[in-house]
Parts: sequence; structure tokens; C-alpha cells
Amino acid sequence: MANPFSIHKSTENGLSVLGLEGYLDAHTAPEFEKTVQGEFEAGRTRMVVECSRLTYISSAGLGVFMSFIDEIRAAGGDIKICGLAPKVFQVFDILGFSALFDIVPDVPAAVQRFQEAPVKET
Amino acid sequence: MAWEREFALHVPSSTENLAMIRDFVKSIGTQSGMGDLEVAGLELAVDEACANVMEHAYAEDTSKEVKIRAMVDHDALQIEVIDTGKGFDPAMVEQLKLEDMVAAKRKGGLGMRLMKSFMDEVHYEVQPGVKNELKMVKKLHKATP
Repeated sequence: MANPFSIHKSTENGLSVLGLEGYLDAHTAPEFEKTVQGEFEAGRTRMVVECSRLTYISSAGLGVFMSFIDEIRAAGGDIKICGLAPKVFQVFDILGFSALFDIVPDVPAAVQRFQEAPVKET
Repeated sequence: MAWEREFALHVPSSTENLAMIRDFVKSIGTQSGMGDLEVAGLELAVDEACANVMEHAYAEDTSKEVKIRAMVDHDALQIEVIDTGKGFDPAMVEQLKLEDMVAAKRKGGLGMRLMKSFMDEVHYEVQPGVKNELKMVKKLHKATP
């Protein structure tokens, strides 16, 4: 069986871009958590999570965003989220994550958002 | 109440089977005339219920089995998730604000909100170690001919 979830790491304008592919549920969320933890520990606290190939997210995946964001912002970084398909966006939105995170259309918009507001203004 | 159609899926209690469970309910939702976003919400609600059973009621014991029943008639779809694990009282789930959950670095606690957001009714019948049953109902809004 093909890997149901993968993370493609790259760098864009000094930002760490994590491209998610497949589904993010209780089975695959630990891999995402490990990756975010690794970026944070390496001091790469300015992250863009690119979701155009993410087909599904459950609360286990959302929990990773929720559990790290305070520490990341305290360290001067942020997580900007981009490329959400409508059915994935509705999950973020219904829980109020769109008020908590900068959610933008694509990676260039996330790069620009980091220039305008390195940490989301709440 | 007699349902027009009934379906059942029994899977070992392992989170790797959540994808199979989602495919099962997705087929039933689509066949019942639900729209794409509604089907996505149905998949999510059932995934959350089953993940709770696997991780909490059965504490990741893969020798246990999670049972999912789906019943459909012309105006509603009912899902039952059944286990014989330790169960929990949903009234005991803390209803914290999202900001407080972030401050507490919480990873869990969102599943119940999602189930209630996407389904019209959510009920628990808990008999720990005997039978715990979560029933969720989604009303079907079919176009009037």
C-alpha cells in the first residue's frame, strides 16, 4: 500500500515549507508532529504548511497545529497555512482556527504574510 | 424503527483502519445523495468517534474490534459506533475555549466538537466493559421533485 501521508520539506525565502500530501488523521499525525518538533528544535520557527495535496484532516492533525503554536510564536516564529481545499478548510474554519492562524492561498502569499506580520496579529 | 438499508463494518482497533472506515461511510453518504462537503463532515465525525474508541476505550489494543453500523432511510442516515471498552462520560469532556486549549498546549479535545458540528444528533449510551454505543444522526435534505 502506498504511503498514505508524506511531508515534503523545502526552504523558501528563509522560511521552512512543509508540503503535506495525503491524509492527516490519528494514524499519520505523529509523523507531522515529529516533523514540526524537529523544525522547532532546529530553530526553524518560521514555517509555511502547504496543504494543496492534503486530502483530509481530522482533530489529530489539527491538534498538532494547536499544541505547537504558542511555543513557536513565543520564539518569534509562526505557522502560516496555505493551499487548503474547501473540504479541509471547513474543518479549520468550524473550529475557529481561521481566527487563530493566518490562512492564505499559496506559498508566495505566505511569504508575503511573513513580511507583513511575522506573528499573526490577534 | 425500520430502516430501508443497513450496512455494517467490523475492523480491528488500529488507527491504520480509519481510512477504511472513512471509505465505508463516504460510499454510504454519497449513495444517500449527500453533497461533497456533507460527506466530508460525515467521514470526519465517524473518524473522530472511531479514533476515540481505538485510542481511549481500547487503549490501542489491536485485538479488540470496533463495529460501525450505518442505517439509511429517505430522510436520515444514522451511524452507530459500538465498542466494549472502558467508555467515557461525554459530560466529563471539558468544554474549553480554543484559546485556552492552545495555552495549555492541548492536542486533543476537538473530536467531540467536530462530531456535534457536522451531525444533527449525537448520543452516547455507556456501559463500561459491556457495551458503549455512540449514535449519530444526519438528516438528509434531498431536492423536492
